[in-house]
Amino acid sequence: MKISKVIELINGKILIGNIDDSINYAFSSDLMSDVLAFVNEDTALLTGLVNNQVIRTAEMLDLGTIIFVRGKIPSEEVVDLAKEREMTLLTTNFTMFEASGVLYKNGIEALRISYE
Amino acid sequence: MNSFITNNEGIVLKYIVGTDDFSIVGEVSSKIKKVLKQLNIDNKLIRRVAIATYEAEVNVAIHSLGGYIEVEIIKNEIKIKIRDNGPGIKDTNLAMEKGYSTASTKARELGFGAGMGLPNMKRCSDEFKIESKFGEYTELNMKFVV
Ligand SMILES: Nc1ncnc2c1ncn2[C@@H]1O[C@H](COP(=O)(O)OP(=O)(O)OP(=O)(O)O)[C@@H](O)[C@H]1O
Ligand SMILES: [Mg+2]
Repeated sequence: MKISKVIELINGKILIGNIDDSINYAFSSDLMSDVLAFVNEDTALLTGLVNNQVIRTAEMLDLGTIIFVRGKIPSEEVVDLAKEREMTLLTTNFTMFEASGVLYKNGIEALRISYE
Repeated sequence: MNSFITNNEGIVLKYIVGTDDFSIVGEVSSKIKKVLKQLNIDNKLIRRVAIATYEAEVNVAIHSLGGYIEVEIIKNEIKIKIRDNGPGIKDTNLAMEKGYSTASTKARELGFGAGMGLPNMKRCSDEFKIESKFGEYTELNMKFVV
């Protein structure tokens, strides 16, 4: 799904990045430890955290798209860190539940995670 | 303070990890990841190394008094050593259990403290060793086959 479509569905705003990029999967979490432990594929990250560690976590996992929920907007410092890494950042006033639900309903898939 | 040595056996990189500025946590792992990319190492392997290094770097920053990360890149092996100046871990078996965490409120606010870091490092690496002396140090040694 094109980022432009994502923005339309979650009534979002783009902070940086490219609306012609696309995503197929999403993972929602405020716990970066869990993101690091469970994400094995290319996916968009939905989170309500807006600190540097979100960008670092995405960087380590090679994730390109982060969607900040509950109206959260990261500081300029955090946005700059993401910009250097050519990430796409979106923000929405939707809750994590609603943003995830709308995307899922429209075909964005969940990751299948393993608990070895 | 950081150093970079190359010889015919490979590359050794050493980075200091501090504890006073949470906002720069991850910088060392980011630098290491960049070096590995320049060496044209397989992306999946780089991702495993990056995750494990970052988890370790976060641990040094949030649980210890500071330390360093040393990376040795040899022909078919990447070795990572993380050593800190204490306070050490009383029971390393307990620390290795999924869900065990003594993380501070501050660390939790950053999105850490699930007790998943050490098990995740073990999962990502091909060889994992943890050694600690309570009151003195913690040392992790990880190996990745290239
Ligand atoms: N370098 C260290 N020095 C002292 N104690 C440590 C160190 N690394 C880990 N520990 C101890 O081991 C516990 C488990 O570590 P682990 O990385 O698995 O989880 P965490 O850091 O608490 O949370 P997470 O990694 O999921 O964010 C920590 O809560 C802490 O008590
Ligand atoms: Mg940890």
